[in-house]
Order: sequence, then C-alpha cells, then structure tokens
Amino acid sequence: MNNLPLITLLTLTPLVGALLLALTGDRGERPAKGVALGFGFLALLEALLLVTGFDGKSASLQFVERHAWIPSLGVEYFVAVDGLSILLVLLSALLVPFAVAVSGGVSDRPRTFYALMLLLQAGLFGAFTALNFFHWFIFWEISLVPAYFLIKLWGGPARRSAATQFFIYTFVGSVAMLLAMQAVFLATGTFDLPKLAELARSGELARGLETKLNWTGLSASALGTVLFVGVFLGFAVKVPLMPFHTWLPATYAEAPSSVTMLLTGAMSKMGVYGFLRILAPIFPGPLRDLLGPLMALAVLTIVASAFAAFAQKDLKRMLAYSSINHLGLCLLGLFAAMQPTANTATWQTEKVAALNGVLLQMFNHGLTAAALFGFVALLERRSGGLRGLDDFGGLRKVAPVFAGLMGISLFASLGLPGLNGFIGEFLIFKGAFPLAPFAAALSTLGLLLTAIFLLTLIQRVFAGPLNERWKNFPDLTRGELLVFAPAVALMFVLGVAPQLVVRLINPTVIEAVNRLGI
Amino acid sequence: MLAWTIYISFAAAAAMFLLKPDSRQGARVLALVAALAGLAVGLAGALQHAGGGLVTIQKYPWVPTVGAEYYLAADGISLTLVILTGLAAVVGILFSWNVELRTREFFAFYLALIGGVYGVFLSFDLLLLFVFYEIAIVPKYFLIAIWGSTRREYAAMKLALYSFIGSAMVLAGLVAAYVVSGAQTFNLVELAKYPFPASFQNWAFPLVFVGFAILAGLWPFHTWAPTGHSAAPTAASMLLAGVVMKLGAYGCLRVAMTLFPEGLATWRNAIAALAVVGIVYGALVSLTQRDFKFVIGYSSVSHMGFVLLGLMTLSTIGLSGAVLQMFSHGVIAGLLFGVVGRMVYDREHTRDLDELQGRRLSRTMPFAAVTFVVAGLASMGLPGFSGFVAELKVLIGAWQTFPKLAVIAGVGIVLGVAYTLRAVQKAFFSGDQEDVPGAVHGGHAHGESAITLPEKIGAVVLIATTVLIGLYPKLLLDWIVPSFASPLFDGLRKGGLL
Amino acid sequence: MTNGDYYQLLKLLAPEWTVVGTVLAILFADLQFWRNRSVAWRSAGAASILSLGFAAAAGLLIWKRAVTADLLGGTLVLSPTSQYVKLALLGLAIVTAWLCTEGEFTKHVGEFVALIALATAGMMFLVSTENLLMVFVALELVSLSLYVMTAFNKRSPRSAEAALKYFLFGGMAAAFTLFGFSFLYGLTGSIHLPTIAAKISWHAGDPLTLVAIVLVVAGFGFKIAAVPFHLWAPDAYEGAPAPAAAFIASGSKVASFFVLGKLLSVGLPGVGGSGAWKAFSPGWLAVVAILATASMIFGNLAALAQSSLRRLLAYSAIAHAGYALLAIIGGSQPALLYYAITYAVTSVGIFGVVAVVENRTGNEDIAGLAGLRERSFLLSVALSVFVLSLAGVPPLAGFFGKFYAFAAAAKLGSSLGYWWLVALALGASCVSLFYYLQVLKQVWVAPVPEGQGKVAGGWVVSILLALLALAVLVTGAAPELLIRFLK
Repeated sequence: MNNLPLITLLTLTPLVGALLLALTGDRGERPAKGVALGFGFLALLEALLLVTGFDGKSASLQFVERHAWIPSLGVEYFVAVDGLSILLVLLSALLVPFAVAVSGGVSDRPRTFYALMLLLQAGLFGAFTALNFFHWFIFWEISLVPAYFLIKLWGGPARRSAATQFFIYTFVGSVAMLLAMQAVFLATGTFDLPKLAELARSGELARGLETKLNWTGLSASALGTVLFVGVFLGFAVKVPLMPFHTWLPATYAEAPSSVTMLLTGAMSKMGVYGFLRILAPIFPGPLRDLLGPLMALAVLTIVASAFAAFAQKDLKRMLAYSSINHLGLCLLGLFAAMQPTANTATWQTEKVAALNGVLLQMFNHGLTAAALFGFVALLERRSGGLRGLDDFGGLRKVAPVFAGLMGISLFASLGLPGLNGFIGEFLIFKGAFPLAPFAAALSTLGLLLTAIFLLTLIQRVFAGPLNERWKNFPDLTRGELLVFAPAVALMFVLGVAPQLVVRLINPTVIEAVNRLGI
Repeated sequence: MLAWTIYISFAAAAAMFLLKPDSRQGARVLALVAALAGLAVGLAGALQHAGGGLVTIQKYPWVPTVGAEYYLAADGISLTLVILTGLAAVVGILFSWNVELRTREFFAFYLALIGGVYGVFLSFDLLLLFVFYEIAIVPKYFLIAIWGSTRREYAAMKLALYSFIGSAMVLAGLVAAYVVSGAQTFNLVELAKYPFPASFQNWAFPLVFVGFAILAGLWPFHTWAPTGHSAAPTAASMLLAGVVMKLGAYGCLRVAMTLFPEGLATWRNAIAALAVVGIVYGALVSLTQRDFKFVIGYSSVSHMGFVLLGLMTLSTIGLSGAVLQMFSHGVIAGLLFGVVGRMVYDREHTRDLDELQGRRLSRTMPFAAVTFVVAGLASMGLPGFSGFVAELKVLIGAWQTFPKLAVIAGVGIVLGVAYTLRAVQKAFFSGDQEDVPGAVHGGHAHGESAITLPEKIGAVVLIATTVLIGLYPKLLLDWIVPSFASPLFDGLRKGGLL
Repeated sequence: MTNGDYYQLLKLLAPEWTVVGTVLAILFADLQFWRNRSVAWRSAGAASILSLGFAAAAGLLIWKRAVTADLLGGTLVLSPTSQYVKLALLGLAIVTAWLCTEGEFTKHVGEFVALIALATAGMMFLVSTENLLMVFVALELVSLSLYVMTAFNKRSPRSAEAALKYFLFGGMAAAFTLFGFSFLYGLTGSIHLPTIAAKISWHAGDPLTLVAIVLVVAGFGFKIAAVPFHLWAPDAYEGAPAPAAAFIASGSKVASFFVLGKLLSVGLPGVGGSGAWKAFSPGWLAVVAILATASMIFGNLAALAQSSLRRLLAYSAIAHAGYALLAIIGGSQPALLYYAITYAVTSVGIFGVVAVVENRTGNEDIAGLAGLRERSFLLSVALSVFVLSLAGVPPLAGFFGKFYAFAAAAKLGSSLGYWWLVALALGASCVSLFYYLQVLKQVWVAPVPEGQGKVAGGWVVSILLALLALAVLVTGAAPELLIRFLK
C-alpha cells in the first residue's frame, strides 16, 4: 500500500476524468454527469483510502512522494499529507461528487461543465497536497481557470463582470504572492515549504534577505514585512478577509449554485490553508509584528460580514456573507494562536484548541455551506431562478423534508451544539478568549448576528403563511434525498463525535504550536 | 549535423521553383517535409549535444582576407532556439495550408526566412551571423507585402526599414569592434576575450545592443512590431512574433553582452528600465486595442520586455529565464497568432473585436475558442505553462538586481491578465447572453468552414509544447543553464557581473 | 628611362591589339557583308565577333596573368591586378555588346559595337599606366567613345540632349583634369606617378598642391559621378541607349575608380591630409571625404523621389560612388576593386533587365516593372539579385563590397577617426533600402497590368543575365574567390 503513489493517483483521477469528458463527443448531460460522478466517487474512494491509511498519531508528513523536477529552480515534485491537509483533501473529495450530484439542467455544453468541475477538483487536490511552492502554485492558479469559466459560461445575468472580477482580484493577489515568494527563493534558494519554514525558524531566511537581496534602504525586517504583505495579499483575497472581499458576493451570487458549493466549500479553504501552510510558518516574525492590525481585520470581517448578510435580500448573497463570516472566524483562531505568550503548557493548550478549531471549522464550514448552497440550487430550480428572501414563505408546509434538512444545515451553520458547526467555533473561541480576549469578545457579536439572520432566513422561507404561489412546491425527490441525506447525516455525526476527525489532526496541531512557540 | 537545418531550408526554398507554378499541394507538402526535416535534424542534433556546452559544428576559412570564418557552432541557447524555430516552422506551415495565392512563392520566402533564422542561431562568426541576420529581412518584407492584410505595404516597409536600421547599427558596432581589437577575426569566442577599452564599450554596447533590440521589440523601438504582426499573413505573424523577435534578443545576449561587458555595466539600469516600461506599456496599449491582432502584437512587446529584463539581471537564473521566455513566448505567440489569424480572421474576415463581439465564436468555432483560451492562459503566465517558469526565473533574477522593477513588472503581469481576458471575452464569449442555450452546437452559423485537421494538429503541437515545458522545464534548462558556463561569458564573469 | 624594346612592348600589349583588331573586324564585317541583313541579325553578329575577339584577348590575359612590367617610364605598367581588372572589363564589354541585341535604337549597330570595343581598349590602357599623359589620352579615348554611344539613338531627342550634357560636362572635366595634371607637373617636374609621389611631399601644405588635388579629383569625380560633378548622370542614364548607359555605369566606373585610386594612393600619398573627425587638414583625403559625404547623402535622398527607373539607377550610382570613395580613403586597393567590379557587374545586369523590359513594354518607369514575376521569372529573380546587391543585402556581393570598403575606412587613422564617414555610409544604406524595395515591390507585389504579356530577352542575353546574377551571388557568398585576384 505504501508504495502506491496514492496522492498522485488522487490528483490524476479527476484530471483523467476531465480529459475523457473533453475528448469525447457531446451526448447530452446525463452521460457527462455520470462520468463526472464516477470519477468523483473514484477520487472519494482514494481519499478515503488516504484517510484510513493516515497515521493519526504521527505529526509527520505521510504518503510522501518526492522526485527531482527542476533542479535549477530548487523545485521538486513533493506531495504529502499531514494533519493540516488531510481534512481538506477529504473535504474536496466529498464536495465535488456532492456538487456534481446537485447540479442538473445544464443543457448548454454539459460536457465542458462537468469537465471543468473535475478540473477544479484536481486543482484542489493538488493545492492541498503540494509541499513545494512552485508545485503548489501551479494548482493554486490552475483551479482559478475552471472556476472562472464555470461562472462565466453558466452563471447568472451579471456573470461576465463577476467572473472577470473574480479572476482579476485573485490574480492580483497571486502575483503579489508570487513576487514575494520569488524574493524568498532568492534569499534561500529553495521553494520547499517545510524547509522554508525551518529556515524561517532558524533565522536563515532573514539573513538571506539581508545579504542576497539588494533593495536599497530597507532593513531585513522591513523587507520581510513587505514580502509578508505580498503573500498575505494573495491569501487574504482568496479567503477573503475584509476589505479584500468585494469580489465574493457578486461571484457567489452569479455562479451556478453547484459551482458556488465548490467555491465556498473548498476553494475558500485554499486561502486559509495558505495562511496555515505558507504564511504563518514562513513569516512568523512579520505576522507577529502585524498581529494587532491583522486581528482587527479578522474581527472586522466577522462583524461586518454578519451585518452585511443581514441586509441581503438575495439568499445566495446572504449565504455568501455568511461564508465570509465563518472564514473570518478561522482567521481569528489562527491569529489568536500566533499570539506571543509565555511558553507554558496552559498557553500551549489554548493555542492547540484554537488551531484545532480552525481546522475543524474549515471542514465543517465546507460541508455546511456547500449543503446550503445546494439547497439554494434546488430552490432555484423549483422556483425558476427566484431566490429572494421574500420570494418564498411557508414552504415547511408543502415541503417538510426539504425544510427540515435545510433547517438542520442552517442550524449547523450557526453553530448549534450537537451539530458539526458547534465544535469548531467552540474550540476557536475557547482558544481565542484567553489569547485575545478583546477580539474574541467583539467577534461574538458576529456570532450573534449570524444566528439572527440565519433564523430570519428560516423564518421567511420556511415558516409563516404559505405563499400561494408555491402551493405545488415539490418536496425533495428520492434522488435529491439520496444526495443530501448523507451530507446532513455527516453533520450530525461530526457534531456528536468530533473525535473522529480531531484524532487525525491533533498531533500535527500540537507539533505546529510547539514550533510556533520557539 | 545541425548545419543541415540551414541547408535543408534554403534548398527547399530553391526547390520550390522546380515545381510547376500552380502546384499548390506540392508546395505545401514540400514545405512541410522540409520543415519537419529541419525540426528532426534540430532535435536529433540537440540530443547529440546534451550538456549545453559549446560545440563546434563546422569551421572553415571563409574570407581569410578579413579573417571571417564559416563557423557554425551551438550551445544550449542556440539549441533551444533552433528547436523553437523548427517547431514554429512546422506549425506555421500547418496554419498556412489554405494559402492559395502564389503558394509556391509563399513557401519559398517562408523557408528562406527559416533558413536565415537557423543560420543566425548557429553562427559563431560575427560576420556570418550578420549575413544570416540580414538574409532574414528580405523574405519578411515580401511575406507581408504580398500575402498580408491591413496596410500591408506600409507595415512591410516599416518592418524592413526598422530591421535594416537595426542591422546597420549592429554592423557599425561589429566593424568597430573588429577594427579596435585589431585581431583580424570575427570569431565570437576570440573577440569576446579581447578587453575592449571601457570608453569604447560605452558607446559600442548601446549601438549593438539597441541595434539587435529593435528586432526584439525594445520600447521605444517597438512600433514596427504591432503593425508588422497585424499586417502579416498568419504564418508570418507566427514566425515574426515566434522567432524573428527572438533573433533580436538572441543577438543582444550573444553578441552585445558578451563582447562589451563593461558597456553593459554602464547601460544596464537604463535598459532594464526600458524593458519594464515595455512590459507595462505593451500591456496597457494592448488593453485598449480594437484590432485583435494588435492586442497580440502589443502583448508580444510586453512579453519580450521580460526577455530583455531577464538579460539585464545578469544572473544565471535571470538569463536562463530570459532564454526560456524566448522559447515560451515563441510557442505561445505562435499559437495566439495562429488562432487569430487563421482560425478567426480567415473565416470571419474581420479582426475588429467590437464586430466579433456579436458573433458568438465560442459556439461556432469551439476549437478555436478553447485553443485561444489555453494560449491566453499560457500567455498570462499561468503556472503549468512554459511562460510561468520563464517569467518566474526572470523575476527572481530581477529581484536580485532591480527589486523595484520586479514589482512593476508584476503589475505588467496583472495587466496581461486583464487584456487577455478582455480579448477572450470580446472575441469568443460575447453575445452568449441572448442565445438560447443549446441552440447551436458546434454548428457554423456564418457558413464558415470547420477548423481543418492541419490547424488542429498545429494547435495541439504548440499547446503540448508549452505544457510540456511548463511542467518539465528541465528539458530545456538542462541545455540552457550550462551554456552560461562557457568561456563566451568570461567577460561578464570577470567583471563580476555574472 | 626607356628600354626601347618595342617588340616586348608589342608582346605585352597583345590583348590590347586584339581588342583594337576586334574593332576593325566588326566594322569591316558590318560594312562589307551585312549591309542587307536585318538590324537584329547584324547586332547579334557584331556582338558575336566582339565576344570572340574579346575571348581571345581574355585568353591572352589569362595566359600572361603573372606578368609584371614597367616600360617607357611608367607608360605601360602591368601587374597581375591590372590584368585581372582588364579581364573584368572585357567581360563587362561582352555583356554590353550583347545588350545591343535588345531593341533597335540605331541602324548602325556595327559602329556602335565597335565603339564599345574601342572604349574598352581605352579603359585597358587606362588601367595599365602610371603616366599622367597616358592617363589623360586613354581617358579621352574612353570618354569620346562614350559620348558618341550616348548620342547614338538619333531618333530620340533625349539621347541627343543626354549626349550633349555628358559631352559638355565631360569636356569641362577633362579640362580640369589636364589643368590639375599640369600643376602636378609644375610642382614636381614629372608626369610619372612614382616620381611625383617622391617629390610632392615637399610641397605638402602648398596651396598649389591643394589646387592640383582639387582639380584632379574634380575631373575624376565627373567620371565616377560624384557629387557635385554628377549633374550629367541622371540625364545620360535616362537618355542614352541601354547598352551605352550600361557601359557608362559599369566598365567606365571600374576603370575610373582603379585609376583614381592609383593616382591618389600611388601618386599622392604624401599629401593626403586628413578627413578624420575634428582633425581635418587639407589634402586629398579631406577632399575625397567631402565628396563621399555629399554623394552618399545627395544620391540617396534624390533617389527616393524618382519614378523613372533609370534616373533612380543614376542617383543610386551617385550614392554608390560615395561608398566606393570610402575604399579609396581606406587606401585598400582590393576593397576598391572588389567594390567597383561587383558594382559594375550588378549595374550591367540591371541595365540588361531594363533593356529587355523597355524593349518589350516601352515603359521606362519603375511601374513598368509591375508584375514582372508573372511575365518573366528569370528576369525577376535576376533583377532582385541585382537590386538587393545594390541595397547591400548579404549574401550578395554588394554587401561584402560595402563591408570591405567601410572596414577599410574605419581602420584608417587612430581611434576611429573616419568613423563618422562609416556611420554616415551605414545610415545612407538604410535610406537606400526604401527605394530599392520600391523597385522590388513592383516586381513581386504589384498586380500584373492588364494586357501585358510575357517578357523575354534573347537567349544569349538571358544566359548572360543569369550568369551575372550567379556571379553576384557567388562572389558575395564567397568573396575570397574574387579578392584573391585583386591583392
């Protein structure tokens, strides 16, 4: 088993599927969807193999594959998973078949649509497993392309500007990050992420910046800050952290809902993952220096996005802001864990809690948000494209199963104990309160608001008097139930037994915290 | 062995006239065979020369009176560009399969141009190099003037004059170097050893460098490029942008920089600044063009700016990035021009983006749309394509010496994304909104012919190349990087520049 | 001073005798046997006799190619180089003679061809003497023959006008030359170039020396059509019958450049002065540099505005005279001769094409070449080779000629003193590309005009043109083939 290059296979599977779809003739939607689902499940199977084979007690990199690639650039083919990435790989493997299953009615060039979905998945797998910046960056950028075209070709009325905005924003961030990483390469001669982290810890990186980079008039630490800002920009746009979020609501709203499932469920995680994998380990110094403002941004993101969600009339936009809100929490936890403290066991525990929370939150939010957008997709399909907050009402009466399952997902999203959302947020706040009390306290305002607007949603859409227009609103079909039931079941399972996943990530988190402590 | 690339091309060009004047298919096949043979010889020869060191191919006395030799040699840089030339030649022919007007002459000029280009890349005698360099000018003129489109005669003349002025500057510098060294030789390796006085280098370097760089599209001497590219027939645009611009950059690196390291040190900052201006300016102008080909033409200026910037970094990483960028841009620009010139213009008879906007080309010619999208992605420097590795290396090199310029160049990259998306949008994906989804599936609403097999093969070859090099640049870098260890670059090393 | 061995003199002059004999043979045959034949037949016959005679002379030259001699106090000076130059002159004359078969501009073709041979004889004497008097006599022989040839189309007023202009300017130039020679004689007491060389340096800086130099250079400047002595050239090129114009542009140029180069570098080496940048001092170098500058600038600029093909060629010839003067400044005889000979071959080739085209179409404008590619592929290719060679595009002879000449000039003096001249020449070349391409554009790009059929020259002319084009290509690609005869 260990000789099998499982990660490579995992990444290749959707690629092969995409190629297959691209090269075969056009035979309508069903076969295309079938192929996409088939490859999606194959990838899921491989991901599950990965998870079962993953040694939860070890903090080290597992399933390592390492080959020379471009020696003159210090680039290797270097993939592996550890606790930081294993959940995200699993998430991507879960969400793509989910999204494929949810999408339907793609009459226009269905082949291309599903091929792009699979391509997007390949990008996600690659980005979550690559440990060489060069390699990682390829997937980070490549995943933009299918997303762009999925929005552009199958999106809503304003799709064109939304797609372009999405692409340009993200690309600007990427270029900034790339430029900064080039400087880092110049200083160190490597793109190897674990090695860079090590060099950053030992101070080698700072020395390299001082001696090898010739930016007159800037000290090494100032230069470090500049580079940090460059990389930060790349990730902040992707997450997004306010005020770099402006592309997001339009994009999420205009994208077809099944695509939004992937955008918010998986792609936004790439940003947070970047913070964890690249930004924090390589630039711990500048990150600490700027922790105050960063924390403020996180809080701003949490609170302002909640307020913004409040003001939305469009379900998709509302959920989009809610996503921003949730990811803001991730960053709050992350920044809290970066708080300089005395190196005592108590503080370590808090940090471990916060980081564990972050990882769990990512997984949970991915699951929940994807499910929610999936439900919106069903709503849209039933209502002929309507998705305003006030367009519905009383659906509970005609579609109880639909209302029930979506309600559960909404509760999971607002963090009701017993459902998956709770444990992540709980851990984040458990860590954040002692580490950054002020910020954490402010952020609870966001939590509160989230609860309010999500409940409003439930109330406006499902409760109240039945809108006569929808008296023939069909409930979930069996097929749809088959798609959504497992997702909702998973919410329960993780809510009740978070240990299932925590055991996978905990050692890595502890190790990470130990390293950050130095 | 590699020398045969030159001979085959010229021989085939001459052999065209043995065909009957109206034999079209014969001319095409002959051209294709010759180009394939050139590519095969180039590849085989390149494989023989693994390692990238300087290898002599042929060396005979040529004009002993002045000390010129017939000296063909190759190092990794030449090999890379020879392969590029072979590729561009083959694909260019595939994309010109529909040339019906004076087919025989078209391919004769085309192959003559190719032969000259091969010659430049393989010459290590300056006079010989110059001879091949000039040989390439005349066919360019005719290719554009006879088979071109918009304002072709103006564009052809402009291109010819710019090239000629550039080469006159080069010749002036070469003669000066020859006279000053007093060495009675044009052997590049020998001349590079000669320590020219600094005061001399300070004016000879810009003379020769700019002379070559005109052809490389150095701002502000780039204006021939967009007009020339746009007016040229498809294959010629592909060659112009794909290969001929590389001639200039190659000359800068091979001649100007190795001969006059001290002059280089003096002018380095200025040229780097011009290169970056070119990057940003080209991208900005490209953003405002209505003519599809002008968009690509200005994008070439922008991309060649990266080559020149890479050259000015004077570090192995930046220089090898510049050479890689030459290759990469050659492939990508070829592809872009192929789509625009052959697939779109030949069928739609307009290149006006505003006019194309309503034509829903992504539906009527999905293959062209996909090809252009892929080429566009490669062109904007998306990782996974060759352009990314090249620009990455160039920028890393630039960070070392011109950090501020590196950041500005980054802005250029972003602008590159903007104009590429704009072109993709306007040309292929507009007018989508009004249509009933699924109404036209790969149909040909305007009665234009389907994308032909030669076009598809050509496009696939180029895409495969850019992806292959993008994912495994080691293939070329293993040739390119060791080249900088050759004695040619001793002058740069001695000056502490490399 | 003399060795009085007339027998040897006769032997050494055998090629010249043969040429003169050819003149008589042509006249005799034409007058005696061919009176009733058609003009075409007679011109072919005359050209054949000339070819045979000249071939014999050429054979003699090749046989005695290694000869060196200096007879009668420099009156007859032979060297391998002069033998090869004569060979070139013979070849050019043969081509010129055959051009007479293209087009009937006169009934008296026998006389015309004989004049070509006579002019050739004059040129041969011109290149094999170091005696000023002999130079002058030979020069006059050449000139007078050419004047008459220019006027030969008696039905054309332009021919007459051209001849008159040519004659008047030529006469004045001859006067200048003679006047200059008399000054040289006055200063040194000798008409023998090496003797003059030995003595003239005593008079360096003497205003009289300078006057002598200016006068001599002016006289030859007329022959080579250097600015400001070029005024006759456009009219003569345009009005003269094609073979006459061809010979003016080719054989006459070779001989004149050879003599001018010899006169200045053998006869007046001590009074060169300097034309170096910021270091001007009076002397022939300065004078020639000024002439070259003016010729290159004026010739190229004026050529830009021409619509008549022949006038364009005339102005291009003026510009080329400027380039060639660089070789004289550089003091490199091989460079000068390479340039002059390849230029002459190119010119005679172009006039060949012009003769054929004009003869068939009657159109003398550049636009008359429109669509030539469809009408004669051979002529198109040959013309392209010639024109590109004039433009200095490698691998054609014109490129290497320029390169060689420029390199020679650049080498002169310390610290690249003549660099300004080289830079100017290169700049001028760039300008020239524009008008040369206008010509080629007509040939290759412009559409074939309505109702224009094929164009074809006689087979001899076609072969000769093909050979000339090949020669331009080969000597350009492998210059050493020619240079080794010129050192």
